Amino acid sequence: MSLIANTVERKDNPRVLSTGSSSLTATDRLARNLGWFSIGLGVAELFAARSISRAIGMDGSENLIRAFGAREIASGMLTLSLDKKAGLYSRVAGDALDLAVLSTAVRDDNPKRGNAAMALAMVAGVTLLDVAAALGTRQQSARDEDDLRDYSDRSGFPQGVDAARREGRHEDEEPVKALSPPSPSRPEQRV
Amino acid sequence: MKALVWHGKEDIRCDTVTDPEIEDARDAIIKVSSCAICGSDLHLFHNFIPAMEPGDIVGHEMMGEVVEVGSSAKSTLKKGDRIVVPFTIFCGECDQCKRGNMSVCERSNRNKAMADKVFGHTTAGLFGYTHLTGGYPGGQAEYMRVPFADKTHIKVPDSLTDEQVLFLGDIFPTGWQAAVHCDIEPTDTVAIWGCGPVGQMAIRSAVLLGAKQVVAIDCIPERLSMAEAGGAITINFETESVVERLNDLTSGKGPEKCIDAVGLESHVSMGQPDTILDRAKQMVMMESDRPHVLREMIYVCRPGGIISIAGVYGGLVDKIPMGPAMNKSLTFRMGQTHVNRWTDDLLRRIEEGQIDPSFVITHTAKLEDGPEMYKVFRNKQDGCIKVVLKP
Repeated sequence: MSLIANTVERKDNPRVLSTGSSSLTATDRLARNLGWFSIGLGVAELFAARSISRAIGMDGSENLIRAFGAREIASGMLTLSLDKKAGLYSRVAGDALDLAVLSTAVRDDNPKRGNAAMALAMVAGVTLLDVAAALGTRQQSARDEDDLRDYSDRSGFPQGVDAARREGRHEDEEPVKALSPPSPSRPEQRV
Repeated sequence: MKALVWHGKEDIRCDTVTDPEIEDARDAIIKVSSCAICGSDLHLFHNFIPAMEPGDIVGHEMMGEVVEVGSSAKSTLKKGDRIVVPFTIFCGECDQCKRGNMSVCERSNRNKAMADKVFGHTTAGLFGYTHLTGGYPGGQAEYMRVPFADKTHIKVPDSLTDEQVLFLGDIFPTGWQAAVHCDIEPTDTVAIWGCGPVGQMAIRSAVLLGAKQVVAIDCIPERLSMAEAGGAITINFETESVVERLNDLTSGKGPEKCIDAVGLESHVSMGQPDTILDRAKQMVMMESDRPHVLREMIYVCRPGGIISIAGVYGGLVDKIPMGPAMNKSLTFRMGQTHVNRWTDDLLRRIEEGQIDPSFVITHTAKLEDGPEMYKVFRNKQDGCIKVVLKP
């Protein structure tokens, strides 16, 4: 029985009955969603650059859109990683580039200027989300002056460091070595 | 019961889960009185350790009172006993256990087939860790089942507080083993990378084992102040050159003994370009671990010296300078801690007042606050070095 019960993993124990508070905050979830959005948009820009450029009246800008797609994917991966703060800031910088390029497409001689204006508005909205997520992430992970502590009174040696050093330099004691075999005199205590 | 449950990357929740039951005659159930968040819990939190499953209870530093005992465990345990539970589960009967190598027990990993495939040969079962090591429910909970409980425990006297003995289950013997692996001589300089909880214990252990000088390397001021309090000379790697300082402290020869108390998530900074490359490769899954500390240790260690690795590594590392390591005749020692090999001696040292491991606790909180404390610990906010949770 001993071996059977301890070598077969039970799949139903423990079973979660109800879930409670999570370490994942709303800001973390927003960042995660923005990361996946970034990757999705990046893939679309890479593989549907021609359709996108036509839709917003920027024919001939396919390579620029593909480059932006690669940037979106890189930002998305960074945003999904533990370095999400860097990822979100890179997204904000990318948003600024997108806004600058799209604003050149909202002009009177562009027959698709309506689409371009809509894209501009969408990027502006996402930019607000990116800024909110970046600031929120910075705030929740920041270390500031209040976090500094002085632990110079925590030696861990009740009799002081010097006494601990003397303890380690007893020449009459057998030194503790890595490859010493278990003591035959106390085998039961060891296992 | 309440327990901290892993639901995915950065998602630990305080859930209500089913109570543990005796599943085997060698089991016991404990009512957890204290548990701690360990640095290696952060590797799970960050999803760097493979084979975690949503719904896994985390935590591998815990102690409590025995409330139920299986029939075969009654030879060594009874209801009411106060025990610390080592994070390595061991049978006490296999060849490895008989050699004192409890962390590579051949029988306690119930997912042996999976571990055999991944590691070549299985290692011991661990509490609150990956399914590669058995997927046993952990101790950040109100109750916990202890498999092979007749062996997997450390009895502690009522005269010592939880805070004094809790760390016998992991970080104290881990720091101790790292120092013992160095075979410290009275003339030795021991350099320790990382002043987190294991690093702090390694510093005290190196002092107790008689090192001539102990050098601690980190970049967090409060950790450095605690290291200095324990008798270490400190190096802040963000403001000083580690190589130059170590050479200055050792007449240009380098430390004889080097301890890695950092592991797979070494600090990433502009001043250390290899850390940025590692982080980028980790992000695109071209490398699982960031081994900057290993590289630096190999570079600075005195020829003929010893590299002791206590920090956890999970998978694959790149650009390890094996040429210098081989040509400098370095010895590498590493491994998960054979906890009970050391705990008789360490408990005696605590009872005699040589050391009080409670010095490392900076935060005590309720179990329900665990999810928030994971973030405080991870972000090193509020001066946090070690969190103890009270279920």
